Amino acid sequence: MTTETPVGRFGRYGGRYVPETLVPALMELEEAYAKASADPSFGEEVTRVLKEFVGRPTTLTPARRLTESWGGAEVWLKREDLAHTGAHKINNTVGQVLLAKRMGKKRIIAETGAGQHGVATATACALFGLPCEVYMGALDVERQSLNVFRMRALGAVVRPVESGSRTLKDAMNEAMRTWVSQVSDTHYVIGSAAGPHPYPTIVRDFQAVIGKELRTQAQAAFGKLPDAIIACVGGGSNAIGVLHPFIGDKGVRLVGVEAGGHGLDSGQHGASLTLGTEGVLHGSRSLVLQDADGQIQEAHSISAGLDYPGVGPELAHLVKTGRMEVRTATDDEALAAFYEVARTEGILPALETSHAFARGRDLARELGRGKYLVINLSGRGDKDVATISARGVPPPVGVKA
Amino acid sequence: MSGEIAKTFARAKARGEGALVAYAMAGDPDLPRSVDVFTALVEGGADIVEIGVAFSDPIADGPVIQGASERALKAGSTLKRVLDEVVPEVHKRCPETPLVIMTYVNVVMAMGEERFAKLARERGVSGAILPDLPPEESAGLRASFDAAGVDLVPLCAPTTPPARAQAIAKDARGFVYCVSVAGVTGMRAELPPDLSQRLDLVRKASPVPVVAGFGISTEEQARTLVAHADGVVVGSALVRAAHADGPGAAKALCASIKRGLKR
Repeated sequence: MTTETPVGRFGRYGGRYVPETLVPALMELEEAYAKASADPSFGEEVTRVLKEFVGRPTTLTPARRLTESWGGAEVWLKREDLAHTGAHKINNTVGQVLLAKRMGKKRIIAETGAGQHGVATATACALFGLPCEVYMGALDVERQSLNVFRMRALGAVVRPVESGSRTLKDAMNEAMRTWVSQVSDTHYVIGSAAGPHPYPTIVRDFQAVIGKELRTQAQAAFGKLPDAIIACVGGGSNAIGVLHPFIGDKGVRLVGVEAGGHGLDSGQHGASLTLGTEGVLHGSRSLVLQDADGQIQEAHSISAGLDYPGVGPELAHLVKTGRMEVRTATDDEALAAFYEVARTEGILPALETSHAFARGRDLARELGRGKYLVINLSGRGDKDVATISARGVPPPVGVKA
Repeated sequence: MSGEIAKTFARAKARGEGALVAYAMAGDPDLPRSVDVFTALVEGGADIVEIGVAFSDPIADGPVIQGASERALKAGSTLKRVLDEVVPEVHKRCPETPLVIMTYVNVVMAMGEERFAKLARERGVSGAILPDLPPEESAGLRASFDAAGVDLVPLCAPTTPPARAQAIAKDARGFVYCVSVAGVTGMRAELPPDLSQRLDLVRKASPVPVVAGFGISTEEQARTLVAHADGVVVGSALVRAAHADGPGAAKALCASIKRGLKR
């Protein structure tokens, strides 16, 4: 089942709100993507690279100790943290960079928040031999220094963006400005399922490999589809990727978890699905955090990847039509979940992913025993160790320090 | 159609001149003082004034107008306040000069398209330019603007294929804004060599005047372009002049560019 309309709309949301200079490039991209999608050899090449290089399919891991500790539904983890570069972002960048090569583009630009998309883009560019520039908010450059180094090590140029809130939103502004001036030979790899048409569709399709694998794996592991799937939502690429293949399965609850930041009442959060209003940001109409005069507000989250005042248009549509549920988790709840998962399952999840675990516990209990809950483990937490350790480390478990 | 824009171009043509469309940012450095800047543009010879309304995420703008947007937002500029406090005052001081609002589509959507169009018209606005609203997305909004008598001015880009450019021009309101360079707003030392050819093509198809904008800041550039366009838009150079040296500097720059526009 698709929720997409022919003009790149998902119900009221989506569209292509960009300067005229970019419209022909977006049409070219739309056409090239349609041709590539119709060409079996393109799909085969993407699949081959995902297998040989990325290590797909990623595992579906039973979270036995979390299941026991939470005392509700059986919890399983879709392990995107095990994909090469440590997050789901690589699924999309491999696809888009291969598409850019097919289109004859000579260089790649990208924006990044947490740096995972930047690393994944730099990685695909290194693999396929294209120069790569990544725009990153200056604040994110500071708090994600490991990923900044990784991008540079992979041969990319990281361009810190000093405007606005110095985070993902501003990086995306600057990447779009750059693209406007270099559009003829440059492909812009957007990492979120956001931006102007056809990006939300392209990113979703490349990320849907997560949900497609999960369907097969769930059948093999517990003989049915999950009762619920939960994923964190910033722009929404991991969420739409894991959830989209299940939209038509009415028995599967689809749940997104947004950044509650310092709390929804604090005004410092990234909860655009929960509290956003209809608006246009970065080329599409969706739900955005804005004031009454249409000025976009600064988002806040402890996790750079959820620190974004917009969200992909298809997720906005799924939420507004009631197919998808949304919850939020605060910075503190995400941090607590990080340690809980580390110490219960031996996995350091990304801070973004930790939000999904924070609400996953409630959901497992609501579902109850005998039900199956899948948490999309969208990325690993190595990149976040500086942020997390700066707040101190809780005492060890079972041994004296 | 508002009518004022067409009359203004006709008057400039009758005088043997290209029209100067001059841009400044409402609320930079604050709302009352920006009124003085707009007035100075007209005193310097501007035929049409573009009133910029700040948006938090101006993706079509270069550093100069980004800086002006930030200053205007800090000074409390909003679309509502610009329509209440800036537009009526500029209209009173310069009753013959058509005023065109330039902002991003989200700012207009937040107010409501119909409410904006009606209020803008009441306050003396003749047209609007929304650089992130391409034709595919503009049908509904333009119908509201048409009903209120506000011209939604379309943009053509260097990347726009000829057939698309002709279609945009044929259906235009007010004038066609031909973006001279693939890029964001801001001064350029050189304009692309194929610009005059693109202007000729659009002009041939267009029932309304055609202007070139983005990157234009000198009398010399204006002189080159006036053979191929009905006028030019100057923005960043005026914003920079007004910010650095006050309204007088913006007025002087308008006068200089206006000299270049004499045929």
